[in-house]
Amino acid sequence: MKILTGNDLRSGAVIWWDGSGWSLHVTDAADVGEHGEDIAARENAARTVVAPYVIDGEYGPEGPRPAHIKDRIRALGPTVRLDLSLKPADPAAGNWVI
Amino acid sequence: MYQYDQYDHAMVAARVADFRDQVRRRLDGSMTEEQFRPLRLMNGLYLQLHAYMLRVAVPYGTLSGAQMHMLGDIADKYDRGYGHFTTRQNIQYNWIKLDEAPDILADLASVEMHAIQTSGNCIRNTTSDQYAGAIADEVVDPRPYAELIRQWSTFHPEFSFLPRKFKMAVIAAETDRAAMRLHDIGIQIVKNAAGELGAAFYVGGGMGRTPMIAPLIREFVPIDQMITYSEACLRVYNRYGRRDNKYKARIKILVHELGRDEYTRQVEAEFAHLLTQGIEPPLAELERIKAQFADPAFESGLPDTLDRSDPDFAVWVDTNTHVHKQPGYVIATISLKPVGGIPGDATADQIRLMAALARDYSFDELRVTHTQNIVLPHIGKADLYAVWQQLNEAGLGTPNLDRIGDIIACPGLDYCSLANARSIPLAQKISERFAPREAEIGELKLKISGCINACGHHHAGHIGVLGVDRKGTENYQLLLGGCEGADTSLGTITGPGFDEDGIVDAIEKATEVYLAQRGDGERFLDTYRRVGMAPFKEAIYAKEPAHG
Repeated sequence: MKILTGNDLRSGAVIWWDGSGWSLHVTDAADVGEHGEDIAARENAARTVVAPYVIDGEYGPEGPRPAHIKDRIRALGPTVRLDLSLKPADPAAGNWVI
Repeated sequence: MYQYDQYDHAMVAARVADFRDQVRRRLDGSMTEEQFRPLRLMNGLYLQLHAYMLRVAVPYGTLSGAQMHMLGDIADKYDRGYGHFTTRQNIQYNWIKLDEAPDILADLASVEMHAIQTSGNCIRNTTSDQYAGAIADEVVDPRPYAELIRQWSTFHPEFSFLPRKFKMAVIAAETDRAAMRLHDIGIQIVKNAAGELGAAFYVGGGMGRTPMIAPLIREFVPIDQMITYSEACLRVYNRYGRRDNKYKARIKILVHELGRDEYTRQVEAEFAHLLTQGIEPPLAELERIKAQFADPAFESGLPDTLDRSDPDFAVWVDTNTHVHKQPGYVIATISLKPVGGIPGDATADQIRLMAALARDYSFDELRVTHTQNIVLPHIGKADLYAVWQQLNEAGLGTPNLDRIGDIIACPGLDYCSLANARSIPLAQKISERFAPREAEIGELKLKISGCINACGHHHAGHIGVLGVDRKGTENYQLLLGGCEGADTSLGTITGPGFDEDGIVDAIEKATEVYLAQRGDGERFLDTYRRVGMAPFKEAIYAKEPAHG
């Protein structure tokens, strides 16, 4: 699958295109197929996102998962500060990244 | 410490106002990201993996208590309660919101700080000896000269769009504590036979994908021509440095490709021309700056002994303090490398505690070191135990300066958009594995970079680790024999890389070779230099015996 991601222009938070808007959770990510660049250009112009780009992903047991470790770390948060990640209560959350 | 004059205040205030307007225009759509990006970078605002990151300049690593306190408050008010001290003696915040960035710059300006030129292809924050003004082996305090360079290089119109970023360091002692020869320009303030001050210029050093040790291009530039000579070095680079390939754009490539002699010849010609132009700042300005770096009011006749009856305190004294030039005082280094911790990180409360200790016990001064620690430069020996107790209670009393756990580590793939591999988890594993044997191993400088850009100074580690991306998996190369002092050397790769667990095992094998072969008083580096790579390589890559 193809996933569109970027950062929220104002807050800088990592965001994922869910088909109709942006989500903080990669598990909401939609398969943008061949439309990623078009959506990115439109959203960029609307100033919702900064530095959008399309990545490869795959469906896993917990939903969409980026193919590359860098984007999995973006999706979770720093593996060394899980308290600041999107899953602060899950001590094993870092395993999803590796 | 240097205090802003009306020009400094006006320039920084104007920059804050400019940036506030630029952010407004970015958010209202009158400026694209392409237009805005170079402007935010010139104000230290990056877009990193998880959010915007703000890098705040700490000129030559020197801070007042009030400035440090503000850094703690910013961590609480605008970030997530912590900051990260960097290898350029700066501090970074990892979770900044774009619309709050101008307010942060305004708060910084209120304590005479800024984030100007902490990014971009310009002259970056000038670094210096973290013990400047406190150590006995310096010929003079190097910071006034670093401050003069800061003033000359800030908003220098000719050098705002160099081929690549440009880093300078200034020291004034034979012992190089600032990795001076691994900078684009390294300046050592020296005295000649007549007792006159001058500057030795080392040009074309650096780390990154093509590490080079800067050659000496001039032994003695009269101190009242230091800026003119710097300008000549930059002009030749700005004129001929490559702009077609960012990987070959640093001055080290130019010096290497021209050759030291030809580069020097061109610099000398430019220098001769510039001397006729009268560009050197007036000596009165240097004298004005120097007056602000006068020694604090040290007391004389203070007791020059320490009560070492607390064994934990005694261990910390032995590892984390240095002899001060003034009897009765000591230089104390606060390790930001607790066992299993994140190198260089400090919480807002820890930052404010260090600020308070500086105010109460160290003549209101702190230093950030390029090894990501903090120095209280002027502690009365009679106060040291009380200082240590407060540090220790706050998790800042780790006795490991220059030991294997005192690791330089870049933010790596946990934070940095350029990184290929994580650095911090590796640093944590190494520090935990070796903590029980740290004293036995002694001085061993270990440095980790998460990519070839070498922000973690891996080329200069007695043991260096470079994280690479190997088909989407983190892999770590091991280097041995680097050093950043007066005897600067670059590490050599041992061979094939390792996974995260394998690299820790390989480091352990290297330390075992050292412990088995070390001579009297030898550090890891000394033994490596004496015996060479072979026994280390043999042990590191030895196949495990087959079982059964």
